[in-house]
Amino acid sequence: MDKIKVGIIGPGNIGSDLMFKVFRSKNLEMGIMAGIVESEGIKRAAFLGVPVSTEGVKAVVERGDIRIAFDATSAAAHVKFNGPALRQAGIVSIDLTPAALGPYCVPSVNLEALKEEPDINMVTCGGQATIPIVYAVSRVAGARYAEIVACISSKSAGPGTRANMDEFTETTARAIVSVGKADKGKAIIILNPADPPLMMTNTIMTRVKNPDVGIEKIRESIYAMVDKLKEYVPGYQLRVPPLLEGDKVTVIVSVQGQGDFLPPYSGNLDIINSAAVAAAEKISAAMLAKGDVL
Amino acid sequence: MPKSNRVTLVDTTMRDGSHAMRHSYSTEQVERIAEGLDTAGIPIIEISHGDGLGGSSFNYGFSETPELKLIEAAAKKVKNAKIAVLLLPGIGTIENLKAAKECGASVLRVATHVTEADVSEQHIAAAKDLGMMTVGFLMMTHMASPQRVAEEAAKMDSYGVDYINLADSAGYMLPDDVAKRITEVKAAVKAPVGFHAHNNLSLAMANSLAAIEAGAEYLDATLRGLGAGAGNTQLEALAGVLKRKDIETGADFYKLMDLAKDAVDPLMLRPQVIDNGAMMLGYAGVYSSFLLHVYNAAERYEQEPRDILVELGKRGMVGGQEDMIIDVAYQLKNSAKGASGYTL
Repeated sequence: MDKIKVGIIGPGNIGSDLMFKVFRSKNLEMGIMAGIVESEGIKRAAFLGVPVSTEGVKAVVERGDIRIAFDATSAAAHVKFNGPALRQAGIVSIDLTPAALGPYCVPSVNLEALKEEPDINMVTCGGQATIPIVYAVSRVAGARYAEIVACISSKSAGPGTRANMDEFTETTARAIVSVGKADKGKAIIILNPADPPLMMTNTIMTRVKNPDVGIEKIRESIYAMVDKLKEYVPGYQLRVPPLLEGDKVTVIVSVQGQGDFLPPYSGNLDIINSAAVAAAEKISAAMLAKGDVL
Repeated sequence: MPKSNRVTLVDTTMRDGSHAMRHSYSTEQVERIAEGLDTAGIPIIEISHGDGLGGSSFNYGFSETPELKLIEAAAKKVKNAKIAVLLLPGIGTIENLKAAKECGASVLRVATHVTEADVSEQHIAAAKDLGMMTVGFLMMTHMASPQRVAEEAAKMDSYGVDYINLADSAGYMLPDDVAKRITEVKAAVKAPVGFHAHNNLSLAMANSLAAIEAGAEYLDATLRGLGAGAGNTQLEALAGVLKRKDIETGADFYKLMDLAKDAVDPLMLRPQVIDNGAMMLGYAGVYSSFLLHVYNAAERYEQEPRDILVELGKRGMVGGQEDMIIDVAYQLKNSAKGASGYTL
């Protein structure tokens, strides 16, 4: 069966975990792992038989057979180099940086509408874990306001996250509004250093417009969304089922990672990568269905 | 370590005290307290939501009056004092900081969990760019060894803060624990060091004195001790104690006493005592502002507050994780292991 070749730019933790997820995919095939210097990640990919390069996006474009590229570098690199170069070459960008050149994508909510986009952005790990729930609430009861608290283990918060906490809270809050369809959004992130590391836990609190629809309807909508999420994030779990008090709906979820490359407690990294691969699968399925293969 | 004969008092009645007020401060209340503190010679007055800028939320409680309005009102009333704001990266943002500066704040205290100092670099740099005095504030310092506290403080020192503040956010430490941490940090940083106590085990004053003995030059305190959990070091009492010790603070003991009686007593929502829940915070090492949220959850889930607090301590929850109170209460109810047979 035909497969769509993908590239990964950025062979760090995120890029390496993405690679293992691509290995498992039925539509996708690793075409290249590209970095800008020799690194552990490059060596690992080469050892596993993946073509590698230290020429960055240039190598991805020059291969000529890459259809989709994951960008796991930085917002600055995506805006300046990778995004424009990929677009010019007609390669679909799945952007895991906070650059957000293209629209936000949360697969269980809006992937269907984005499958023709040249550049989609994966929001944040906290956004991938919580926005589906915000949307599940807003689609049945409306949402005046939604607030999420994402707790991740200190060990799974990389230097990028640590150097720019505002980027996380602000990006997530924006996507709560644009994708989750709440009128207003707020995001809080907590790093917890407990050892052994805690699993990623998220609390979603929403002020609904129509509490009269009742908790049963809200629950049904949330349960359906959780089932949809579990299709690409098997470790996604409700910890505290939906609770309605007045016009406030509270839900607590946890995300256990699949342990592909990163340990299971880093559910935060697993969910953003799983979402990115789910998006690539959908896009590649459309390419394959159209017979649009190189 | 030679002790300093001068200590700078930092009032946080309208920040830490905001927890005890369930974030209900009005503009008039803040104006009156700020003016009184300024007149009584307190040089730094902190005002923000209890969880810092941007803390108004479902998770921590919504502010009845927007904090920016309170900051602006206080800034207009003070002549000599500087208005400080607290910011916890992950909750507040640089945008919030800029807005607070516009309203008259001139000191930023950036608070992180004791092991996570590196998340403060961005916010400290932003405050320095804005020309503000900056303070690195390490929370829950009982959860790390004195050596680790010093390493984290050194990071904040390298970002260029004007002083480092160590907080015993759970009111867990004994005077010896405080002295060890202050001593270790002083040896590792260039900046002066300060201390923020909670009174959950009735040790706020003793710990504040231990901090000074070990070389602390800044102390946080609140009128009537108003603050999260069993509250903080009581400002007016501290002013009296430091007077007795011949330590210069510039504070007027009588004016502070009068201010506490006239402006704070009438607005307190509950007596600032060490009730059993507060005591358990200190004993189990749990973040002080969890207390009132725990009481709410205990009632809703028909659980014993003490069991919830102990479980939160066991799980190693840190500042800001108020949402996990619901999680713990729910899990306790479901496991039906909640009842200890005692009521608080």
